[in-house]
Amino acid sequence: MTAISPAADHAAVRDASIAVAESMAKAQLRLRHALVIGLRLAILVVFLGLWELGADYNFIDPFFFASPSGIWQQIWSWITEGTSQGPLWLQTYVTLEETFLGFVIGALGGIAAGIILGRNRLLADVFSIYIKIANSVPRVVLGSVFIIALGLGMASKVALAVVMVFFVVFANAFQGVREADRAMIANAQILGASPFQITRTVIIPSAMSWILASLHVSFGFALVGAVVGEFLGAKQGMGLLISTAQGAFNANGVFAAMVILAVMALVVEFIITRFENYVVKWRPAPFNEQGA
Amino acid sequence: MQLQPMAAGRLSQAAPPADAAIAIDDVTLRFVTPDGHMMTAIRDFTMTVARGEFACVVGPTGCGKSTTLNLVTGLLRPTTGNVRVMGNPVTDISRDIGFVFQADALFPWRSVIDNVAAGPLYRGTSKAQAYERARDWIGRVGLGRFEKHYPHQLSGGMRKRVALAQTFINQPKILLMDEPFSALDMQTRTAMQDELLGLWSEQKSSVVFVTHDLEEAVALADKVYVLTAGPGTVKSVYRIDLPRPRVMADIRYDPKFVEIAKVIWNDLREEVQLGQSRTLQTGH
Repeated sequence: MTAISPAADHAAVRDASIAVAESMAKAQLRLRHALVIGLRLAILVVFLGLWELGADYNFIDPFFFASPSGIWQQIWSWITEGTSQGPLWLQTYVTLEETFLGFVIGALGGIAAGIILGRNRLLADVFSIYIKIANSVPRVVLGSVFIIALGLGMASKVALAVVMVFFVVFANAFQGVREADRAMIANAQILGASPFQITRTVIIPSAMSWILASLHVSFGFALVGAVVGEFLGAKQGMGLLISTAQGAFNANGVFAAMVILAVMALVVEFIITRFENYVVKWRPAPFNEQGA
Repeated sequence: MQLQPMAAGRLSQAAPPADAAIAIDDVTLRFVTPDGHMMTAIRDFTMTVARGEFACVVGPTGCGKSTTLNLVTGLLRPTTGNVRVMGNPVTDISRDIGFVFQADALFPWRSVIDNVAAGPLYRGTSKAQAYERARDWIGRVGLGRFEKHYPHQLSGGMRKRVALAQTFINQPKILLMDEPFSALDMQTRTAMQDELLGLWSEQKSSVVFVTHDLEEAVALADKVYVLTAGPGTVKSVYRIDLPRPRVMADIRYDPKFVEIAKVIWNDLREEVQLGQSRTLQTGH
């Protein structure tokens, strides 16, 4: 038997060609990135442009469907002159506060309930039927109940946001606890962990990806809860702004409030993503990270 | 060459010696399946592991190999018979026990050092001391440069090394291993077997090593238990007196090793065939 070894004199040439190939691949990646951004901008410009042109030439009736320039003028006048119910920042602040309180209370409650029921089979079997029933009630209807019970102030909106958030987070936390790896739990047990230590160091971290996934969705739900609550009866807030604009047949006003809500949601979504990346930094990087 | 079935089948009548590390005495384990049927996992099972002894358990799939380990940990309780660990009946998970799992049981959200320090921290050792010991053990399994890595950044063999360090740091008197190396490739497995034998000879723990790989069992063990097709019971016990220290890469070419493996395989083969034909008949 003879060992076969490749000739070594091509090594330098090979290294050089690898460097060239690498820099070409990098340039290609940059180009693709620029293409994605460019196409995104192009779609936005085309969409807004067609809308604006349509409104100018009355293909789209701006009275019903607004127009980008009208929406922008509305936002600008809200910023500079304030709304009919006070300055714009106060409206966004009130809605954000309600959303945020509802989100935090609902999420913490959902996580706690999910972990307790997930860890205790008897409680889970007993309560599952009631949770199903509660979950099947269209929760927006509860808004009316909360307004009657808690008044026109902040509490009724927060309560509605809480019930919107709770079930989503609960369902995910519960599932996350149930899916915790059995070998991992047994490992912790044999290494000497007490039941509380197992919950803290194994169950909660392994349910974390499930919980974080639900937080993305449920912030949107909290916002829906707050805005719908304001719709049903309020003295301040973006929901009231929308319902006032609706009453005045001011389509630009409705769209303008919608744009502001979308911006709020995107900012918070960005913050949650940052938080998620911080909390689960142990996770392998996804093969193809979306976005830029 | 000394190769003798110590006793075939029921050696349960001879009570196990009082100083044995593990004594499973005439144990039967039945449990009720979720659809209400009674299942016998193992029956009339007797096994003794002396202190510092390395015992391997081989048998066809589904014969209850892993069940025997869970009896020792206390995660499962025998229906009849009794299990003693270090002379005491098993009531709770003993602090003397270490367990290496077949699947990856490391905590993926903890770095290597946090994983290895988990045992001492759970048991109330101070943080400084736990990390000092963890660092020492990571060095012993040759992962000194990977302290801060997360499990997903390591290869399968490296993760097993972390699992060994995580288990050995508690200095278990009894080490239970459930097909720990079955997911590794051939070369890595050989390296890990050497690693294990090295750690074992330093620690003098008593080992029960479950495997479906007969050659692995013969290469590692002092004593090999062959189980029957499920419900499992001991078919025969073989003492393997190949000299130690053993080198895994060489031992498989040792004529003595080959001969022993052949004898035990003849014994095991019937059970494997029986197990397979039974699975084909019943469909599960």
